[in-house]
Amino acid sequence: MPDPHTIPSTVSMLNAMTGGLFLLTAFSLVAIRQVQTCLRVYIFQSVLLALSALLLGCQYASVHLLVVAAITLAIKSLLIPWLLRRTVSHEIYARREILQVLNIPASLLIAVAIAIFAYFVATPLLSAAGGTFERINLPIGMAGLFLGAYTITVRREAVPQLIGILAMENGAFFAGISIAPGLPLIAELAAAFDVLIIALVMGLLTRKIHERVGTTAVGDMTALREE
Amino acid sequence: MVSKIVFNVIQVLVVMAFAPLVKGVLSRLKENVQSKRGPSVFQPYRDIWKLFHKDEVISEQSSWIFRFTPYIVFVTPIFVALLIPVLTGYPLFFAFMGDMLGGGFILALGGFFATLAAIDTGNPYGAMGASRTRMVGFLAEPVFMIVFFTVSFIAGSTIPYIVHKHWVTPLANFFEPAHVLLMIAFLMLILAEAGRIPVDNPSGHFELAMVDESKGLEYSGRGAALMKWGGSMKFFILCCIFLNVVVTPWGLAAGEGLGEVLLSIPLVLLKILALVVVLVIIESSLAKLRLFRITEFLGAAFATAVAAMITRLLMI
Repeated sequence: MPDPHTIPSTVSMLNAMTGGLFLLTAFSLVAIRQVQTCLRVYIFQSVLLALSALLLGCQYASVHLLVVAAITLAIKSLLIPWLLRRTVSHEIYARREILQVLNIPASLLIAVAIAIFAYFVATPLLSAAGGTFERINLPIGMAGLFLGAYTITVRREAVPQLIGILAMENGAFFAGISIAPGLPLIAELAAAFDVLIIALVMGLLTRKIHERVGTTAVGDMTALREE
Repeated sequence: MVSKIVFNVIQVLVVMAFAPLVKGVLSRLKENVQSKRGPSVFQPYRDIWKLFHKDEVISEQSSWIFRFTPYIVFVTPIFVALLIPVLTGYPLFFAFMGDMLGGGFILALGGFFATLAAIDTGNPYGAMGASRTRMVGFLAEPVFMIVFFTVSFIAGSTIPYIVHKHWVTPLANFFEPAHVLLMIAFLMLILAEAGRIPVDNPSGHFELAMVDESKGLEYSGRGAALMKWGGSMKFFILCCIFLNVVVTPWGLAAGEGLGEVLLSIPLVLLKILALVVVLVIIESSLAKLRLFRITEFLGAAFATAVAAMITRLLMI
């Protein structure tokens, strides 16, 4: 255990700031009503993830983490949004209000509880291995993971659920880059799997949309929907 | 000792003198952004001056609360101005009379009386506005609490003079994640508390949609002037708390000399101008929220404040 009263270095401070903003984006994914804003928040979250990987890479002088940062930036903040905007543009641009199971203040409160829960889950793990970076990245990454899972449960639309899955993945990555900076193979494999998961998710999504459109026309869907 | 009392009085005078100007600049800039010319920045002074010279009409049905309220609304921001750093970076005579929670309670007292007075006259719009303001108020209260607790937890004190020093000693503290998140949460609180646009439209004149403004509808003459002036002072005070305590202590007088304290007046006004520009951008780019969406707005502020607390716990 490092001495808790040492003054944190600039890099760890910046990393902590990224972590705080990461947590904030995870919260906003639960609370935001518009699909397009959700997507923008997701892009921002991915940029933060890349930034954290960059900072960690600088700190540990690890090229692999820098590669992870570059892959994250390229795929998650550019390629996935582009793909989503291309394939499900109607869902993204036309849906202003996302249906939620719970109302937003209630789900925000639950999200806060989940974040605190993640903190308590992560604390025993930190006592095993807890540097300055793990202390930030592990609990916040876990909170991101749980909040993403929660987003999937609460949302009723396909695209926000998809964004929830991607946010879960972001959270897992955020925790992962701090725990395993010395295992570059795993990190790189994770980045490669990233693409695989994305492809899988995209396939699922298009199938789901196809399923919907196959049964009912999109125009009729709005008319038949019970409000 | 004497100089500290004098400086404290100067703080109060600055708040009284420049509060309407801030309102004037805000509404002028907002109109300019919408490519209109807008009223002069000195219009609030003229309004207040005019209202002081008008006759006051008070309903026979109203009680002493209605007559008493303008004075309370006018006086409470002055009391808070004694407690917080407006011009100087070091504690003044009254600094240790109350902490941030004390200041919050004093401001809440003014709001409480304004609510009572709005109900007192029996004007239906007054009661409606009052109940809405209370709704916003009690939704904002837990956020205030969490923000203040986190701030005092980080800085180790609830006295604003000690808190604001903490952010820049050393400078790295300024970039602490909890600090950044707290700034966001507090800005959202100011928007709610001052009745700015995502929560309330201060320039709207449609009674059914009013939240904050409708409380003063029944006042005329001197009462209305005091309510207006008190309201703008409250806004000025909130800006001062945000800028001088939560964001930065830069631009405040460090020395004991009178010249230095006077020099800090334009610097503080400059900082407030920067905040006003930010507010104008927010107000011009967002629409007013529907009444029941305000809970979501303040819920987001609450989540931000909690995120600040969690990151702070992780940093230790």
